[in-house]
Amino acid sequence: MGQYQGNAAAVRELVRETEVHRDVYVDQEIFDLEMEHLFANTWIYVGHDSQVPNAGDYFGTSIGKQPVLMVRHTDGEVYVLYNRCPHKGTRITIDTCGNAGKFFRCPYHAWSFKTDGSLLAIPLRKGYEHTGLEGSEAAKGIPRVRHVRNYRGFVFAKMSDAGLGFEDYFGESLSSIDNLVDRSPVGRLEVAGAPLRHMFNCNWKMLVENLTDTCHPMVAHESSAGTAVEVWKQMFPGANTKPPAVEIFAPFISPYEAYEKMGIRVWRNGHGHTGVHHSIHSDYSSVPGYFDKMVAAYGEARAKAILDENRHNTAYFPNFTVKGPIQAIRQFKPIAPNRTLAESWTFRLVDAPDQLLERTVTYSRLINAPTSVVAHDDLEMYERAQEGLLVDANPWVNIQRLYDPTEAGQDTAVVNGTSEWQMRNQFRAWSKFMTMSL
Amino acid sequence: MVAPTDQDLISFVVHEARLIDQHRFEEWLDLFSDDGHYWMPLEWGQTDQRLTTSLMYEDKLLLRIRVERLKGNRTFSQKPKSRCHHVLQVPQIDKRDEAANEYVTWTPMHYVETRLDEQDLYAAWATHTLAMVDGKLKIKLKRVDLVNCDAALRSIQLFM
Repeated sequence: MGQYQGNAAAVRELVRETEVHRDVYVDQEIFDLEMEHLFANTWIYVGHDSQVPNAGDYFGTSIGKQPVLMVRHTDGEVYVLYNRCPHKGTRITIDTCGNAGKFFRCPYHAWSFKTDGSLLAIPLRKGYEHTGLEGSEAAKGIPRVRHVRNYRGFVFAKMSDAGLGFEDYFGESLSSIDNLVDRSPVGRLEVAGAPLRHMFNCNWKMLVENLTDTCHPMVAHESSAGTAVEVWKQMFPGANTKPPAVEIFAPFISPYEAYEKMGIRVWRNGHGHTGVHHSIHSDYSSVPGYFDKMVAAYGEARAKAILDENRHNTAYFPNFTVKGPIQAIRQFKPIAPNRTLAESWTFRLVDAPDQLLERTVTYSRLINAPTSVVAHDDLEMYERAQEGLLVDANPWVNIQRLYDPTEAGQDTAVVNGTSEWQMRNQFRAWSKFMTMSL
Repeated sequence: MVAPTDQDLISFVVHEARLIDQHRFEEWLDLFSDDGHYWMPLEWGQTDQRLTTSLMYEDKLLLRIRVERLKGNRTFSQKPKSRCHHVLQVPQIDKRDEAANEYVTWTPMHYVETRLDEQDLYAAWATHTLAMVDGKLKIKLKRVDLVNCDAALRSIQLFM
């Protein structure tokens, strides 16, 4: 047995007010406990219900390290099933998405299950007569994730009975999902195509912290965003209108003052967002016809209020982020202490002009692809940190910037955009949800 | 205008890969026509690059940004620099349309990119759409279809 299993006090000691111990990033036992406790006690994003529009449609993903299936049942409900046959453990489906028809059929021994997971039939069933099968785990069918909530199309699940109810857990942070959905004149989103999938040799929390790290873009992205602006000026001297790609790159190298003024909002349970007052998405050129559609749908005042929100990253604890103004989401899937899969999805705003999707697609390609120069900048920093943390001389990571001794008692706040409050907020939540069932 | 021979097309594609392998990126950029694009789809059999996400869809401005970035003093992901290596099958001529000034070649290839102790091997098909511009062959579109385009990929920092 290691030093953390069953030892909540030792886990709590890893998170100080303004420092975090490197074991949260590098230690295998801590990672295993995160999978067992943190990812069970929190609400994890599973998928979007537009990925399973029809009965029998399924989408395969994972919660923590466990494979799950999001499926549309014949009653119209979306269920989340653990992706294993109750018989021998075989994954029922291996592809990312498909349609099961009226039932799932395990490819190994042909046990079949309704799309809510319940056992439908077993071949040669008489072999189980008088064996007491009805009392077995297998007879219960494909196990279902117990707590599932479809919030305006975004399906979240919580594996454990511990933790908080959905509304209590997310609270006001749901306003960022609301804003993303409201950007469609008919209030509906559709996943547009496959995700970009980029593998990082670093801990998943480094990608989460980076979402609200506003003191790195002008440094780490000087090489990409800075070069983009310079090359554009050289190639098109005197041009006023930036091409779409440069319009996306340029704000990344905004000066410190701009990021300070953007503001950060934090909410309890580890959620928060950058871009309270303005953001890197504020100055995109307008798309013809879009505002008129929004006014027709919502009235002018409401349409303006929806589109004036320019939240950059809304970090939903633990591993999900929503980027409303660019209609994209990202999820950081933990694979190992030093291995994380980042998946980036783009959305179509139903009934909005195609140019919005075009901008989203361009943004995702330029910023979040394994081929993206901005992603190359970031990956280099995370992986250097993962290696540097092996130094024993200093096992602590500093998250002290603009620390306020009263902040732990505050449910929500709007602060200077370069504050590391949101990182501290995440680690307070980390400590809470890690230890509540330990 | 003199039409290129099949051997001209083949030599062009082979030379293009060599320029990348030897980091002769300025010469490489000159192979693209002013409206040329480099496209690496994300989806198998992808037909659209505007409303479907790609790994790369870059015009000359974006390609030049990449080339300049690779040289940058503060491009930390290129300290040390990546290296790459192409192995091409003989390019096949899929289309010769002299009237339309359009020539299409198809080239299966293996591509290796390395940096520090990491070496990644990719298999892909390159489809070149070429045209004669001012007496020289130029790339209108280089499409690179990765065999594992939808896999979880490590960073690809150079050009296939």
